[in-house]
Amino acid sequence: MINKKVTDVRAALHGVSDGMTLMVGGFGLCGIPENGILELVRLGVKNLTCISNNAGVDDFGLGLLLQKKQIKKMIASYVGENAEFERQMLSGELEVELIPQGTLAERCRSAQSGFPAFFTPAGYGTEVAEGKEVREFNGKMYVMEMAFSADFAIVKAWKGDEAGNLIFKGTARNFNPCMCGAAKITIAEVEELVPAGTLDPNQIHIPGIFVQRIFQGEHYEKRIEQRTVRSRT
Amino acid sequence: MALDKIGIAKRIAKELKDGYFVNLGIGIPTLVANYIPEGIDVDIQSENGVLGMGPFPYEGEEDADIINAGKQTITTLPGASFFDSAMSFSMIRGKHVDLTILGAMEVSDQGDIANWKIPGKMVKGMGGAMDLVASAENIIVAMMHVNKAGESKLLKQCTLPLTGVKCVKKIVTELAVLDVTDRGFKLLERAPGVSVQEIIDATEGALVVEGEIPEMVID
Repeated sequence: MINKKVTDVRAALHGVSDGMTLMVGGFGLCGIPENGILELVRLGVKNLTCISNNAGVDDFGLGLLLQKKQIKKMIASYVGENAEFERQMLSGELEVELIPQGTLAERCRSAQSGFPAFFTPAGYGTEVAEGKEVREFNGKMYVMEMAFSADFAIVKAWKGDEAGNLIFKGTARNFNPCMCGAAKITIAEVEELVPAGTLDPNQIHIPGIFVQRIFQGEHYEKRIEQRTVRSRT
Repeated sequence: MALDKIGIAKRIAKELKDGYFVNLGIGIPTLVANYIPEGIDVDIQSENGVLGMGPFPYEGEEDADIINAGKQTITTLPGASFFDSAMSFSMIRGKHVDLTILGAMEVSDQGDIANWKIPGKMVKGMGGAMDLVASAENIIVAMMHVNKAGESKLLKQCTLPLTGVKCVKKIVTELAVLDVTDRGFKLLERAPGVSVQEIIDATEGALVVEGEIPEMVID
């Protein structure tokens, strides 16, 4: 067994530096690597390019990096609900590339899987397709999209073992599995880190080969963005 | 009288067929889940990674790890599954999802749709909308017929940046149900008490009106 365990978040993020491109897992605030993001704030690394479906909210998630102006460019599919983000984008301080959500996921998976590019119908005929190769297959038009190239992927899972095997919970899975192995180094933080041999190999969502460093995170807030409930009556 | 949002959702719910896998967008489309007709089984897919979405949880049972694409806390129904974002869009692009219901700021009489950006003002992003409209066989748009200034949102050409081209099949507004055809919008039904002339006046794009136009039936 190749041991991927590192002592803590500091050791896990060793080597992250200014100007790097980072993939960050999560959908909204669900399944985000809370410990990893706080460590990026503490490190104060700047001029980052962040690939993440969303940009957090003003005071949580990637919003914390935006507040400190650590992000130079954001690649995302949806960035509502974040006033500071909107201000930085409209003023031109922040470079933003908005891409369709399925394209974002597939650009991660392509990087993970060794495909340099793929064709998708998403965005054909829109500004997303401007400057990109388009091609017809079976009478329908498709846009060529490229795999991402990133330095680090920082993901969050529910359980993991020392071999780097990961299990996700609920919709906190989202982009996290797609980003594993899609960057030069993948860092996984988990709520519970167990010895190798503890997890059932049948239940593993992401095999450890896609993960280089794993650690057990602390103090998960798991903030809910839209608390919706129904009454019992 | 023009329909309210719930009326639009109720009318769209009548388009659901037994055995459909359905993706519901944010806003009015989400309300459709509350009015699924008796005796019809549909599975709701949410693109953040759940199939078999159920109602909101009871208070105290919210789970931060179980949300829908609108980031709302949800529950799951028996037979539900979770999956990653790439697989979610495999379901969508691979045409395994039968019906997409989403909102729009503008549609054109060729079926183009705009719903993600107002240049210089509002940029929230397209989320999964571009993937959904480029892939779904069947797309129903839930929208208001006119904007707050009374101007038509059913146009000859969209003025806002497009989300997709020639993809909308059916539109349900507060005034009417329309299909998108080769000849433009085809009026199928009018809201209770709304005249054909009111719909003609509220529609800038090409509008086909043939024969008697029935009123919508909404329970």
